[in-house]
Amino acid sequence: MADEPLVLGIETSCDETGVGIVRGTTLLADAIASSVDEHARFGGVVPEVASRAHLEAMVPTIERALTEAGVTARDLDGIAVTAGPGLAGALLVGVSAAKAYAYALGKPLYGVNHLASHICVDQLEHGPLPEPTMALLVSGGHSSLLLAPDITADVRPMGATIDDAAGEAFDKIARVLDLGFPGGPVIDRLAREGDPEAIAFPRGLTGPRDPAYDFSFSGLKTAVARWIEARRHAGEEVPVRDVAASFQEAVADVLTRKAVRACQDEGVDHLMIGGGVAANSRLRAMAAERCERAGIRLRVPRPKLCTDNGAMVAALGAEMVARNRPASDWELSADSSLPVTDPHVPGGPHPGRVHDHDHVHEISKDNLYS
Amino acid sequence: MLLLAVDTATPAVTVALHDGDSVVAESTRVDARRHGELLLPSVDRVLTTAGLALDAVTGVVVGVGPGPYTGLRVGLVTAATFGSVLGVPVHGVCTLDGLAYAAGLQEPFTVATDARRKEVYWARYDGSGTRSGEPAVDRPADIAGQVAGLPAVGAGALLYPEVFPDARGPEHQSAAALAALAAGKLAAGEELLPPRPLYLRRPDAQVPRNYKVVTPR
Ligand SMILES: [Zn+2]
Repeated sequence: MADEPLVLGIETSCDETGVGIVRGTTLLADAIASSVDEHARFGGVVPEVASRAHLEAMVPTIERALTEAGVTARDLDGIAVTAGPGLAGALLVGVSAAKAYAYALGKPLYGVNHLASHICVDQLEHGPLPEPTMALLVSGGHSSLLLAPDITADVRPMGATIDDAAGEAFDKIARVLDLGFPGGPVIDRLAREGDPEAIAFPRGLTGPRDPAYDFSFSGLKTAVARWIEARRHAGEEVPVRDVAASFQEAVADVLTRKAVRACQDEGVDHLMIGGGVAANSRLRAMAAERCERAGIRLRVPRPKLCTDNGAMVAALGAEMVARNRPASDWELSADSSLPVTDPHVPGGPHPGRVHDHDHVHEISKDNLYS
Repeated sequence: MLLLAVDTATPAVTVALHDGDSVVAESTRVDARRHGELLLPSVDRVLTTAGLALDAVTGVVVGVGPGPYTGLRVGLVTAATFGSVLGVPVHGVCTLDGLAYAAGLQEPFTVATDARRKEVYWARYDGSGTRSGEPAVDRPADIAGQVAGLPAVGAGALLYPEVFPDARGPEHQSAAALAALAAGKLAAGEELLPPRPLYLRRPDAQVPRNYKVVTPR
């Protein structure tokens, strides 16, 4: 198989319909249609609204990506798609489209893991991933520390949030401050004009007996909300910029502290940061500072590649092709809780695949038909 | 002419090939939970049975519902993708019309499918099999007066015998009927529907708790 495979990747795990095309580790196209505006008034992603938008955007986004890349579909070496984790109904639109696309073109299909794709996307920015790679993934849906000796076959969870995702905390604090949804960009902007040391908000799970690599943002969220309410109660003005800066400081502090520690403990001399929260300027700056001090090389893709997109799926798909990993079969399922330990979903018999992780992520998740 | 018809708007995952004169091959599997897994293998089986490749298809026909959302979209996005790759038109047909066609009744009747949440998707048809008005979603008891005295077909009718005492088959959608109906309409130069979903319900505008928290612990 070509060592520079031409692969199209489809991503529909949340509210972005993404289609990317790569040749090996070279990005050729990254087409995105987002339904984020439709979710804004609900303060979070509404699964059914996202799924409806994916259906409308799917084929036009594929066609746009092909035009942007200047390649014809017949030349593709494979079609990759996010098989999970994510919102079940949203994933199903992408998986169904990818199957139809691969089948119609007579190309192999690769159902891949969304989290592994977030890591692999860095190949498009900084070249082949070091092995192993340490990755901190932070977004509205994930806050994980992952160690990947082989991104196509061996990804190990080091730690994860035990309650809210980091991006969720940003959204919730933005809601308390009446700043709208999503909360990340606006808090980042306001925080630049605030004092990060104005208020000492708690750093979750950083005690000596706490798990070293897990995260908790629920306590921080509550502390910030209480602090704001107390001010309002007393009839005082809320210093929005200082609150934003101090909150953001607490998040960035915990994330970078644990990520650097994981690198040191595992003897990994570089760290990649991905996910939507990786666009946060304070997180980037603090990570750069602390990695530098610890002699760790930091790799953070440009913001557009950090948020959910099709290019990251294509990047991992291309790696699957290059390493001769088995393709998925036509019965490939959308798996809303695909474990990160499965970088892809190879075909073949599935003798009662059992998932020991919880499935409580979405309303009407119990039956794909409803 | 070679039409590929698919419908995933009901618990049936059904696929058929129609050459303009008759049905060439058909596959129907009833499993409300596995539309995504079953559809593509069914398409492959139907083509293999007919000894044809997908690129022989000159048009795609898709049931546009009404139907519960998640399964419905599997057929629609598959049809749209095939249409895009093959460069052939994609025609929408109301899922209830397919059941009405399959019923072949010569008198006024009702078609009802299961809309879940104790509701049915339904429409009335005249003695020539033509639908009167747009399909709707309602609680069976609320439409009892409108369907009284009429025979009724479809799983939704069979599910509520107190409202549909003269319920009968076919219970499930068949893409063969959908394809035959579409082939007849196309031959007569009639317009079919755009391949857009008939949801008939607004989305549940509810952000789930802990949305997207999907990493294993
Ligand atoms: Zn993501």
